[in-house]
Amino acid sequence: MDRASAGLFGEVRKTLTGLWSLVVGLGVTGNQFYRRAVTVHYPRQTVDNLATFRGPTELIPSDKDPMASKCILCGMCAQTCPSGCIEILSHQEEEAEAEEPKAQIQTEAGADSEKKAPPKKKKKIKVMDAYHLKFHLCSLCGQCVQVCPVDALRFCQDVYLAGFSRSDFEFDLLAKLRAKATRSA
Amino acid sequence: MNVLGIHIAIELIQIVVAVVVFLAFIGVNVLVLVLMERKVAGRFQRRPGPFEVGPHGSMQTLADAVKMMAKELLTPGGADKILFWAAPIITFAPVVVCFMPVPFGPKYLTGWEVNLGVVLILAFSGLGVFGICLAGWSSNNKYSLVGAARAVAQSVAYEIPLLLAVLAVAFQVGSLNLSEITAGQGSWPWQWNVVIQPLAFFIFFVSALGETNRAPFDLPEAESELTAGFHTEYSGMGFGVFFMAEYAAMVVVCSVGAVLFLGGWNGPLVNGPWWFLAKVYGLLFVMMWLRWTFPRVRFDQLLNINWKWLTPLALLNLLIVALVVKLV
Repeated sequence: MDRASAGLFGEVRKTLTGLWSLVVGLGVTGNQFYRRAVTVHYPRQTVDNLATFRGPTELIPSDKDPMASKCILCGMCAQTCPSGCIEILSHQEEEAEAEEPKAQIQTEAGADSEKKAPPKKKKKIKVMDAYHLKFHLCSLCGQCVQVCPVDALRFCQDVYLAGFSRSDFEFDLLAKLRAKATRSA
Repeated sequence: MNVLGIHIAIELIQIVVAVVVFLAFIGVNVLVLVLMERKVAGRFQRRPGPFEVGPHGSMQTLADAVKMMAKELLTPGGADKILFWAAPIITFAPVVVCFMPVPFGPKYLTGWEVNLGVVLILAFSGLGVFGICLAGWSSNNKYSLVGAARAVAQSVAYEIPLLLAVLAVAFQVGSLNLSEITAGQGSWPWQWNVVIQPLAFFIFFVSALGETNRAPFDLPEAESELTAGFHTEYSGMGFGVFFMAEYAAMVVVCSVGAVLFLGGWNGPLVNGPWWFLAKVYGLLFVMMWLRWTFPRVRFDQLLNINWKWLTPLALLNLLIVALVVKLV
Protein backbone atom coordinates (compact mmCIF):
# COMPACT_ATOMS: atom_id res chain seq x y z
CA MET A 1 0.00 0.00 0.00
CA ASP A 2 1.44 3.38 -0.91
CA ARG A 3 1.50 6.31 1.47
CA ALA A 4 -1.50 7.93 -0.13
CA SER A 5 -3.81 5.10 0.88
CA ALA A 6 -2.45 4.47 4.36
CA GLY A 7 -3.95 5.71 7.56
CA LEU A 8 -7.24 7.45 8.22
CA PHE A 9 -6.99 9.90 5.34
CA GLY A 10 -6.19 7.00 3.06
CA GLU A 11 -9.34 5.25 4.19
CA VAL A 12 -11.41 8.36 3.66
CA ARG A 13 -9.94 8.91 0.22
CA LYS A 14 -10.61 5.29 -0.74
CA THR A 15 -14.18 5.61 0.47
CA LEU A 16 -14.77 8.81 -1.45
CA THR A 17 -13.32 7.30 -4.61
CA GLY A 18 -15.55 4.29 -4.06
CA LEU A 19 -18.61 6.47 -3.59
CA TRP A 20 -17.83 8.36 -6.77
CA SER A 21 -17.56 5.08 -8.67
CA LEU A 22 -21.04 4.22 -7.39
CA VAL A 23 -22.37 7.48 -8.80
CA VAL A 24 -20.70 6.73 -12.14
CA GLY A 25 -22.39 3.33 -12.09
CA LEU A 26 -25.75 4.99 -11.50
CA GLY A 27 -25.05 7.20 -14.48
CA VAL A 28 -24.38 4.16 -16.66
CA THR A 29 -27.67 2.50 -15.72
CA GLY A 30 -29.53 5.77 -15.91
CA ASN A 31 -28.28 6.19 -19.44
CA GLN A 32 -29.57 2.75 -20.36
CA PHE A 33 -32.99 3.67 -19.03
CA TYR A 34 -33.66 6.07 -21.87
CA ARG A 35 -32.47 3.90 -24.70
CA ARG A 36 -34.64 1.74 -26.90
CA ALA A 37 -35.16 -1.91 -25.97
CA VAL A 38 -32.76 -4.32 -27.65
CA THR A 39 -35.09 -7.27 -27.50
CA VAL A 40 -37.40 -8.23 -30.35
CA HIS A 41 -40.94 -7.97 -29.02
CA TYR A 42 -42.38 -11.33 -30.06
CA PRO A 43 -44.92 -11.68 -31.61
CA ARG A 44 -45.43 -8.03 -32.48
CA GLN A 45 -42.05 -7.82 -34.18
CA THR A 46 -40.28 -10.39 -36.31
CA VAL A 47 -36.63 -11.23 -36.83
CA ASP A 48 -35.07 -11.31 -40.28
CA ASN A 49 -32.21 -13.78 -39.93
CA LEU A 50 -34.05 -17.06 -40.03
CA ALA A 51 -32.08 -18.87 -42.73
CA THR A 52 -30.25 -21.11 -40.30
CA PHE A 53 -33.11 -21.61 -37.86
CA ARG A 54 -33.92 -25.23 -37.10
CA GLY A 55 -37.67 -25.64 -36.90
CA PRO A 56 -39.48 -28.96 -37.30
CA THR A 57 -38.47 -31.07 -40.33
CA GLU A 58 -40.52 -30.92 -43.50
CA LEU A 59 -40.65 -32.99 -46.68
CA ILE A 60 -39.25 -31.40 -49.82
CA PRO A 61 -41.72 -31.64 -52.73
CA SER A 62 -40.52 -33.60 -55.72
CA ASP A 63 -39.78 -31.72 -58.92
CA LYS A 64 -42.34 -33.64 -60.95
CA ASP A 65 -45.33 -33.51 -58.64
CA PRO A 66 -45.64 -30.88 -55.90
CA MET A 67 -48.16 -33.06 -54.08
CA ALA A 68 -45.59 -35.82 -53.62
CA SER A 69 -42.27 -35.74 -51.86
CA LYS A 70 -38.84 -36.90 -52.99
CA CYS A 71 -38.97 -39.58 -50.31
CA ILE A 72 -38.25 -43.13 -51.55
CA LEU A 73 -39.53 -44.72 -48.32
CA CYS A 74 -36.25 -46.35 -47.42
CA GLY A 75 -36.97 -45.82 -43.71
CA MET A 76 -33.41 -44.61 -42.91
CA CYS A 77 -34.67 -41.49 -41.13
CA ALA A 78 -36.94 -43.48 -38.84
CA GLN A 79 -34.16 -45.98 -38.19
CA THR A 80 -31.53 -43.40 -37.37
CA CYS A 81 -33.63 -41.07 -35.24
CA PRO A 82 -32.26 -41.32 -31.68
CA SER A 83 -35.53 -40.14 -30.13
CA GLY A 84 -37.76 -42.47 -32.12
CA CYS A 85 -40.13 -39.74 -33.21
CA ILE A 86 -40.56 -40.67 -36.88
CA GLU A 87 -43.11 -43.19 -38.09
CA ILE A 88 -43.78 -43.69 -41.78
CA LEU A 89 -46.87 -45.44 -43.04
CA SER A 90 -46.94 -46.78 -46.58
CA HIS A 91 -48.45 -49.46 -48.74
CA GLN A 92 -47.41 -51.29 -51.87
CA GLU A 93 -48.97 -50.72 -55.18
CA GLU A 94 -48.38 -52.12 -58.64
CA GLU A 95 -46.96 -49.61 -60.95
CA ALA A 96 -49.25 -48.78 -63.83
CA GLU A 97 -48.03 -50.36 -67.14
CA ALA A 98 -45.99 -48.17 -69.36
CA GLU A 99 -47.97 -47.08 -72.39
CA GLU A 100 -45.21 -46.93 -75.01
CA PRO A 101 -44.01 -50.32 -76.16
CA LYS A 102 -40.37 -51.04 -75.95
CA ALA A 103 -38.31 -50.49 -79.12
CA GLN A 104 -39.02 -53.21 -81.60
CA ILE A 105 -36.19 -55.52 -82.33
CA GLN A 106 -35.45 -55.21 -86.03
CA THR A 107 -34.23 -58.40 -87.57
CA GLU A 108 -32.76 -58.86 -90.97
CA ALA A 109 -34.16 -62.27 -91.52
CA GLY A 110 -37.46 -63.18 -90.01
CA ALA A 111 -35.72 -65.96 -88.11
CA ASP A 112 -35.96 -64.35 -84.68
CA SER A 113 -39.41 -63.02 -85.10
CA GLU A 114 -40.73 -66.03 -83.43
CA LYS A 115 -39.03 -65.09 -80.23
CA LYS A 116 -41.51 -63.25 -78.12
CA ALA A 117 -40.49 -60.51 -75.74
CA PRO A 118 -40.53 -61.81 -72.17
CA PRO A 119 -43.68 -60.85 -70.30
CA LYS A 120 -43.18 -57.55 -68.46
CA LYS A 121 -42.98 -57.93 -64.68
CA LYS A 122 -45.42 -55.62 -62.94
CA LYS A 123 -43.27 -53.46 -60.67
CA LYS A 124 -44.35 -53.05 -57.06
CA ILE A 125 -43.76 -49.61 -55.69
CA LYS A 126 -44.24 -48.19 -52.28
CA VAL A 127 -46.58 -45.27 -51.81
CA MET A 128 -46.50 -43.08 -48.74
CA ASP A 129 -49.68 -42.78 -46.68
CA ALA A 130 -48.44 -40.62 -43.89
CA TYR A 131 -45.21 -39.36 -42.30
CA HIS A 132 -45.83 -38.98 -38.59
CA LEU A 133 -43.42 -36.75 -36.69
CA LYS A 134 -43.71 -36.43 -32.91
CA PHE A 135 -42.04 -33.05 -32.63
CA HIS A 136 -42.32 -32.99 -28.84
CA LEU A 137 -39.75 -35.80 -28.76
CA CYS A 138 -37.51 -34.36 -31.45
CA SER A 139 -34.10 -33.08 -30.36
CA LEU A 140 -33.39 -31.28 -33.67
CA CYS A 141 -30.16 -33.26 -34.04
CA GLY A 142 -30.52 -33.35 -37.83
CA GLN A 143 -29.64 -37.04 -38.27
CA CYS A 144 -32.74 -37.62 -40.37
CA VAL A 145 -31.88 -34.73 -42.68
CA GLN A 146 -28.28 -35.86 -42.95
CA VAL A 147 -28.91 -39.56 -43.60
CA CYS A 148 -31.64 -39.23 -46.22
CA PRO A 149 -30.17 -40.62 -49.47
CA VAL A 150 -32.32 -38.42 -51.70
CA ASP A 151 -32.29 -35.27 -49.51
CA ALA A 152 -36.02 -35.32 -49.03
CA LEU A 153 -35.99 -33.66 -45.61
CA ARG A 154 -35.06 -30.18 -44.49
CA PHE A 155 -35.65 -27.95 -41.49
CA CYS A 156 -38.40 -25.39 -41.80
CA GLN A 157 -38.09 -21.85 -40.45
CA ASP A 158 -41.27 -21.74 -38.40
CA VAL A 159 -40.22 -19.66 -35.37
CA TYR A 160 -43.73 -18.85 -34.21
CA LEU A 161 -44.76 -22.42 -33.51
CA ALA A 162 -46.80 -22.48 -30.31
CA GLY A 163 -49.51 -24.71 -28.95
CA PHE A 164 -51.45 -25.57 -25.84
CA SER A 165 -51.16 -29.33 -25.74
CA ARG A 166 -48.83 -32.15 -26.70
CA SER A 167 -51.01 -33.18 -29.63
CA ASP A 168 -50.45 -29.76 -31.20
CA PHE A 169 -46.89 -30.92 -31.86
CA GLU A 170 -47.62 -34.22 -33.60
CA PHE A 171 -47.38 -33.52 -37.30
CA ASP A 172 -48.14 -35.45 -40.47
CA LEU A 173 -45.53 -34.09 -42.83
CA LEU A 174 -47.20 -35.50 -45.95
CA ALA A 175 -50.46 -33.79 -45.12
CA LYS A 176 -48.56 -30.55 -44.48
CA LEU A 177 -46.78 -30.85 -47.83
CA ARG A 178 -50.06 -31.41 -49.64
CA ALA A 179 -51.74 -28.52 -47.84
CA LYS A 180 -48.86 -26.25 -48.78
CA ALA A 181 -49.03 -27.40 -52.43
CA THR A 182 -52.79 -26.82 -52.53
CA ARG A 183 -52.37 -23.36 -50.99
CA SER A 184 -49.76 -22.26 -53.46
CA ALA A 185 -51.53 -23.78 -56.45
CA MET B 1 -71.59 11.23 28.42
CA ASN B 2 -68.83 13.43 29.63
CA VAL B 3 -66.80 15.52 27.20
CA LEU B 4 -63.67 13.44 27.61
CA GLY B 5 -65.53 10.28 26.64
CA ILE B 6 -66.85 11.92 23.47
CA HIS B 7 -63.39 13.16 22.55
CA ILE B 8 -61.93 9.73 23.04
CA ALA B 9 -64.69 8.15 20.97
CA ILE B 10 -64.21 10.62 18.13
CA GLU B 11 -60.47 10.05 18.14
CA LEU B 12 -60.94 6.28 18.13
CA ILE B 13 -63.30 6.49 15.16
CA GLN B 14 -60.81 8.74 13.40
CA ILE B 15 -58.03 6.22 13.99
CA VAL B 16 -60.14 3.31 12.72
CA VAL B 17 -61.14 5.22 9.59
CA ALA B 18 -57.52 6.20 9.01
CA VAL B 19 -56.38 2.58 9.38
CA VAL B 20 -58.94 1.41 6.83
CA VAL B 21 -57.98 4.16 4.40
CA PHE B 22 -54.31 3.31 4.78
CA LEU B 23 -54.96 -0.38 4.26
CA ALA B 24 -56.58 0.53 0.95
CA PHE B 25 -53.74 2.92 0.16
CA ILE B 26 -51.18 0.20 0.85
CA GLY B 27 -53.13 -2.25 -1.31
CA VAL B 28 -53.24 0.09 -4.28
CA ASN B 29 -49.64 1.10 -3.76
CA VAL B 30 -48.41 -2.46 -3.69
CA LEU B 31 -50.30 -3.18 -6.93
CA VAL B 32 -48.71 -0.18 -8.59
CA LEU B 33 -45.26 -0.61 -7.09
CA VAL B 34 -44.79 -4.24 -8.01
CA LEU B 35 -45.65 -3.41 -11.61
CA MET B 36 -43.47 -0.29 -11.49
CA GLU B 37 -40.55 -2.32 -10.19
CA ARG B 38 -40.88 -4.86 -12.99
CA LYS B 39 -41.33 -2.25 -15.69
CA VAL B 40 -38.45 -0.15 -14.38
CA ALA B 41 -36.27 -3.26 -14.11
CA GLY B 42 -37.16 -4.04 -17.70
CA ARG B 43 -36.29 -0.56 -18.91
CA PHE B 44 -32.93 -0.61 -17.15
CA GLN B 45 -32.25 -3.95 -18.83
CA ARG B 46 -33.36 -2.62 -22.24
CA ARG B 47 -36.45 -4.82 -22.46
CA PRO B 48 -40.22 -4.13 -22.26
CA GLY B 49 -41.13 -5.75 -18.93
CA PRO B 50 -44.58 -7.34 -18.42
CA PHE B 51 -46.70 -6.56 -21.47
CA GLU B 52 -49.41 -9.14 -22.06
CA VAL B 53 -51.80 -8.96 -19.10
CA GLY B 54 -53.88 -5.82 -19.55
CA PRO B 55 -52.78 -2.82 -21.62
CA HIS B 56 -48.99 -2.68 -21.44
CA GLY B 57 -49.01 -5.20 -18.61
CA SER B 58 -50.95 -3.04 -16.14
CA MET B 59 -53.05 -5.92 -14.80
CA GLN B 60 -50.00 -8.09 -14.10
CA THR B 61 -49.94 -7.61 -10.34
CA LEU B 62 -53.65 -8.30 -10.10
CA ALA B 63 -53.15 -11.57 -11.95
CA ASP B 64 -50.25 -12.40 -9.62
CA ALA B 65 -52.39 -11.65 -6.59
CA VAL B 66 -55.16 -13.95 -7.86
CA LYS B 67 -52.58 -16.67 -8.51
CA MET B 68 -51.19 -16.29 -5.01
CA MET B 69 -54.62 -16.47 -3.43
CA ALA B 70 -55.39 -19.64 -5.34
CA LYS B 71 -52.36 -21.49 -3.99
CA GLU B 72 -52.53 -23.98 -1.19
CA LEU B 73 -51.39 -22.70 2.20
CA LEU B 74 -48.83 -25.30 3.24
CA THR B 75 -47.50 -25.58 6.77
CA PRO B 76 -44.20 -27.45 6.83
CA GLY B 77 -44.03 -30.56 8.99
CA GLY B 78 -42.55 -29.81 12.39
CA ALA B 79 -43.26 -26.12 12.12
CA ASP B 80 -44.87 -24.25 14.98
CA LYS B 81 -48.28 -23.69 13.43
CA ILE B 82 -49.34 -20.69 15.50
CA LEU B 83 -46.07 -18.80 15.17
CA PHE B 84 -45.73 -19.77 11.51
CA TRP B 85 -48.99 -18.12 10.52
CA ALA B 86 -48.69 -15.27 13.03
CA ALA B 87 -45.37 -14.17 11.56
CA PRO B 88 -46.63 -12.61 8.30
CA ILE B 89 -49.37 -10.79 10.19
CA ILE B 90 -46.94 -9.48 12.81
CA THR B 91 -44.68 -8.27 10.00
CA PHE B 92 -47.46 -6.55 8.07
CA ALA B 93 -49.64 -5.02 10.78
CA PRO B 94 -47.26 -2.38 12.23
CA VAL B 95 -46.57 -0.92 8.80
CA VAL B 96 -50.15 0.34 8.53
CA VAL B 97 -49.78 2.27 11.77
CA CYS B 98 -46.58 3.89 10.48
CA PHE B 99 -48.59 5.86 7.94
CA MET B 100 -50.69 7.57 10.59
CA PRO B 101 -48.52 10.52 11.59
CA VAL B 102 -47.38 11.29 8.04
CA PRO B 103 -48.88 14.52 6.67
CA PHE B 104 -50.07 13.89 3.13
CA GLY B 105 -51.30 17.43 2.58
CA PRO B 106 -51.71 20.83 4.24
CA LYS B 107 -54.80 20.76 6.41
CA TYR B 108 -56.66 17.57 7.29
CA LEU B 109 -54.72 15.01 5.30
CA THR B 110 -52.95 13.42 8.23
CA GLY B 111 -54.16 10.11 9.60
CA TRP B 112 -53.66 11.06 13.22
CA GLU B 113 -51.82 14.11 14.51
CA VAL B 114 -49.20 12.74 16.87
CA ASN B 115 -46.72 14.93 18.69
CA LEU B 116 -44.25 12.05 18.75
CA GLY B 117 -44.78 11.02 15.13
CA VAL B 118 -41.14 10.23 14.49
CA VAL B 119 -40.85 8.01 17.55
CA LEU B 120 -44.07 6.19 16.65
CA ILE B 121 -42.76 5.34 13.19
CA LEU B 122 -39.43 4.13 14.47
CA ALA B 123 -41.04 2.05 17.18
CA PHE B 124 -43.47 0.31 14.88
CA SER B 125 -40.84 -0.44 12.26
CA GLY B 126 -38.95 -2.23 14.99
CA LEU B 127 -41.93 -4.55 15.44
CA GLY B 128 -41.62 -5.73 11.88
CA VAL B 129 -38.24 -7.22 12.71
CA PHE B 130 -39.93 -9.39 15.29
CA GLY B 131 -42.16 -10.92 12.63
CA ILE B 132 -39.14 -11.86 10.51
CA CYS B 133 -37.51 -13.50 13.51
CA LEU B 134 -40.64 -15.58 14.15
CA ALA B 135 -40.89 -16.57 10.49
CA GLY B 136 -37.36 -17.89 10.41
CA TRP B 137 -37.63 -19.76 13.68
CA SER B 138 -41.02 -21.37 13.17
CA SER B 139 -40.29 -22.64 9.65
CA ASN B 140 -38.27 -25.60 10.93
CA ASN B 141 -35.79 -24.98 8.12
CA LYS B 142 -32.12 -24.16 8.55
CA TYR B 143 -32.03 -21.84 5.55
CA SER B 144 -34.93 -19.84 6.90
CA LEU B 145 -33.27 -19.63 10.29
CA VAL B 146 -29.99 -18.36 8.89
CA GLY B 147 -31.86 -15.93 6.65
CA ALA B 148 -33.92 -14.67 9.55
CA ALA B 149 -30.86 -14.27 11.78
CA ARG B 150 -29.18 -12.22 9.07
CA ALA B 151 -32.29 -10.15 8.49
CA VAL B 152 -32.72 -9.38 12.17
CA ALA B 153 -29.06 -8.44 12.59
CA GLN B 154 -29.28 -6.19 9.57
CA SER B 155 -32.54 -4.48 10.53
CA VAL B 156 -31.50 -3.87 14.10
CA ALA B 157 -28.11 -2.54 13.02
CA TYR B 158 -29.50 -0.13 10.44
CA GLU B 159 -32.09 1.30 12.80
CA ILE B 160 -29.35 3.20 14.62
CA PRO B 161 -28.06 5.50 11.89
CA LEU B 162 -31.67 5.88 10.73
CA LEU B 163 -32.66 7.09 14.17
CA LEU B 164 -29.64 9.37 14.48
CA ALA B 165 -30.24 10.99 11.09
CA VAL B 166 -33.89 11.57 11.94
CA LEU B 167 -32.90 12.95 15.34
CA ALA B 168 -30.59 15.46 13.67
CA VAL B 169 -33.56 16.90 11.78
CA ALA B 170 -35.69 16.83 14.92
CA PHE B 171 -32.98 18.80 16.77
CA GLN B 172 -32.87 21.35 14.02
CA VAL B 173 -36.63 21.84 13.87
CA GLY B 174 -37.20 21.41 17.60
CA SER B 175 -40.12 19.03 17.28
CA LEU B 176 -40.89 15.36 16.64
CA ASN B 177 -44.21 16.19 15.00
CA LEU B 178 -44.05 15.50 11.28
CA SER B 179 -46.56 18.21 10.39
CA GLU B 180 -44.44 20.83 12.13
CA ILE B 181 -41.30 19.59 10.38
CA THR B 182 -43.10 19.92 7.03
CA ALA B 183 -44.42 23.36 7.86
CA GLY B 184 -40.90 24.50 8.72
CA GLN B 185 -39.75 23.97 5.14
CA GLY B 186 -40.47 26.26 2.23
CA SER B 187 -41.87 25.65 -1.21
CA TRP B 188 -38.71 25.80 -3.23
CA PRO B 189 -36.02 23.09 -3.26
CA TRP B 190 -33.38 25.31 -1.74
CA GLN B 191 -35.61 25.79 1.29
CA TRP B 192 -35.84 22.11 2.10
CA ASN B 193 -33.92 20.37 4.87
CA VAL B 194 -31.80 18.39 2.43
CA VAL B 195 -29.87 21.57 1.62
CA ILE B 196 -29.13 22.18 5.31
CA GLN B 197 -28.31 18.56 6.16
CA PRO B 198 -27.29 16.62 3.04
CA LEU B 199 -25.20 14.15 5.04
CA ALA B 200 -28.20 13.29 7.20
CA PHE B 201 -30.27 12.67 4.07
CA PHE B 202 -27.62 10.40 2.63
CA ILE B 203 -27.33 8.45 5.89
CA PHE B 204 -31.10 8.26 6.18
CA PHE B 205 -31.52 6.92 2.66
CA VAL B 206 -28.79 4.30 2.95
CA SER B 207 -30.13 3.18 6.34
CA ALA B 208 -33.61 3.00 4.86
CA LEU B 209 -32.29 0.65 2.18
CA GLY B 210 -30.74 -1.50 4.88
CA GLU B 211 -33.82 -1.38 7.05
CA THR B 212 -36.23 -2.50 4.34
CA ASN B 213 -33.90 -5.22 3.00
CA ARG B 214 -33.62 -3.53 -0.38
CA ALA B 215 -30.70 -4.06 -2.71
CA PRO B 216 -27.82 -3.74 -2.43
CA PHE B 217 -28.57 -4.85 1.14
CA ASP B 218 -31.04 -7.59 0.28
CA LEU B 219 -29.02 -10.54 1.53
CA PRO B 220 -31.88 -11.90 3.69
CA GLU B 221 -33.90 -12.43 0.55
CA ALA B 222 -30.94 -13.28 -1.62
CA GLU B 223 -32.88 -15.26 -4.16
CA SER B 224 -29.88 -17.01 -5.54
CA GLU B 225 -28.18 -17.76 -2.27
CA LEU B 226 -30.51 -18.67 0.55
CA THR B 227 -33.33 -20.07 -1.61
CA ALA B 228 -35.65 -17.36 -0.34
CA GLY B 229 -34.29 -16.58 3.10
CA PHE B 230 -36.76 -16.31 5.92
CA HIS B 231 -39.84 -16.70 3.73
CA THR B 232 -38.70 -19.93 2.03
CA GLU B 233 -41.44 -22.07 3.50
CA TYR B 234 -44.31 -19.70 2.86
CA SER B 235 -46.60 -20.38 -0.08
CA GLY B 236 -49.34 -18.37 -1.70
CA MET B 237 -50.74 -15.59 0.39
CA GLY B 238 -48.26 -16.10 3.25
CA PHE B 239 -45.53 -14.98 0.91
CA GLY B 240 -47.89 -12.36 -0.50
CA VAL B 241 -48.26 -10.76 2.92
CA PHE B 242 -44.47 -10.58 3.40
CA PHE B 243 -44.17 -9.08 -0.03
CA MET B 244 -46.82 -6.48 0.77
CA ALA B 245 -45.11 -5.69 4.06
CA GLU B 246 -41.82 -5.09 2.28
CA TYR B 247 -43.29 -2.74 -0.30
CA ALA B 248 -45.38 -0.94 2.33
CA ALA B 249 -42.25 -0.44 4.45
CA MET B 250 -40.53 1.00 1.39
CA VAL B 251 -43.35 3.50 0.98
CA VAL B 252 -43.16 4.38 4.69
CA VAL B 253 -39.44 5.16 4.65
CA CYS B 254 -39.77 7.13 1.41
CA SER B 255 -42.66 9.10 2.92
CA VAL B 256 -40.65 9.85 6.05
CA GLY B 257 -37.69 10.86 3.90
CA ALA B 258 -39.87 13.12 1.79
CA VAL B 259 -41.37 14.77 4.88
CA LEU B 260 -38.13 15.19 6.80
CA PHE B 261 -35.77 16.19 4.02
CA LEU B 262 -37.63 17.05 0.84
CA GLY B 263 -40.31 19.39 2.14
CA GLY B 264 -43.27 17.01 2.36
CA TRP B 265 -46.31 18.51 0.63
CA ASN B 266 -44.52 21.80 -0.11
CA GLY B 267 -43.85 22.44 -3.75
CA PRO B 268 -42.95 25.23 -6.21
CA LEU B 269 -46.29 26.61 -7.37
CA VAL B 270 -49.18 25.14 -5.42
CA ASN B 271 -48.65 23.22 -2.18
CA GLY B 272 -50.59 20.01 -1.96
CA PRO B 273 -50.63 16.21 -1.66
CA TRP B 274 -49.57 15.88 -5.31
CA TRP B 275 -46.09 17.18 -4.47
CA PHE B 276 -45.86 14.74 -1.58
CA LEU B 277 -46.80 11.78 -3.76
CA ALA B 278 -44.43 12.93 -6.50
CA LYS B 279 -41.56 13.02 -4.03
CA VAL B 280 -42.44 9.63 -2.55
CA TYR B 281 -42.55 8.03 -5.99
CA GLY B 282 -39.36 9.80 -6.96
CA LEU B 283 -37.58 8.32 -3.96
CA LEU B 284 -39.07 4.91 -4.75
CA PHE B 285 -37.75 5.19 -8.30
CA VAL B 286 -34.29 5.98 -6.92
CA MET B 287 -34.55 2.87 -4.70
CA MET B 288 -35.32 0.77 -7.75
CA TRP B 289 -32.52 2.44 -9.70
CA LEU B 290 -30.09 1.46 -6.96
CA ARG B 291 -31.40 -2.07 -6.90
CA TRP B 292 -30.82 -2.62 -10.61
CA THR B 293 -27.39 -0.99 -10.61
CA PHE B 294 -25.42 -2.37 -7.71
CA PRO B 295 -24.39 -5.92 -6.82
CA ARG B 296 -25.35 -7.29 -3.45
CA VAL B 297 -22.94 -6.64 -0.58
CA ARG B 298 -21.59 -9.48 1.51
CA PHE B 299 -22.96 -9.80 4.98
CA ASP B 300 -19.80 -8.68 6.75
CA GLN B 301 -19.47 -5.74 4.36
CA LEU B 302 -23.09 -4.87 5.11
CA LEU B 303 -22.52 -4.71 8.84
CA ASN B 304 -19.16 -2.97 8.40
CA ILE B 305 -20.76 -0.21 6.37
CA ASN B 306 -23.20 0.29 9.20
CA TRP B 307 -20.96 0.12 12.25
CA LYS B 308 -17.79 1.63 10.80
CA TRP B 309 -19.15 4.30 8.53
CA LEU B 310 -22.82 5.17 8.91
CA THR B 311 -23.07 5.19 12.71
CA PRO B 312 -19.94 7.32 13.37
CA LEU B 313 -20.94 9.71 10.60
CA ALA B 314 -24.47 9.95 11.95
CA LEU B 315 -23.12 10.64 15.45
CA LEU B 316 -20.79 13.28 14.08
CA ASN B 317 -23.64 14.89 12.18
CA LEU B 318 -25.80 14.89 15.28
CA LEU B 319 -23.02 16.45 17.33
CA ILE B 320 -22.49 19.23 14.81
CA VAL B 321 -26.22 19.93 14.58
CA ALA B 322 -26.55 19.98 18.35
CA LEU B 323 -23.65 22.42 18.66
CA VAL B 324 -25.01 24.68 15.95
CA VAL B 325 -28.52 24.65 17.40
CA LYS B 326 -27.19 25.40 20.86
CA LEU B 327 -24.87 28.17 19.84
CA VAL B 328 -26.95 29.86 17.14
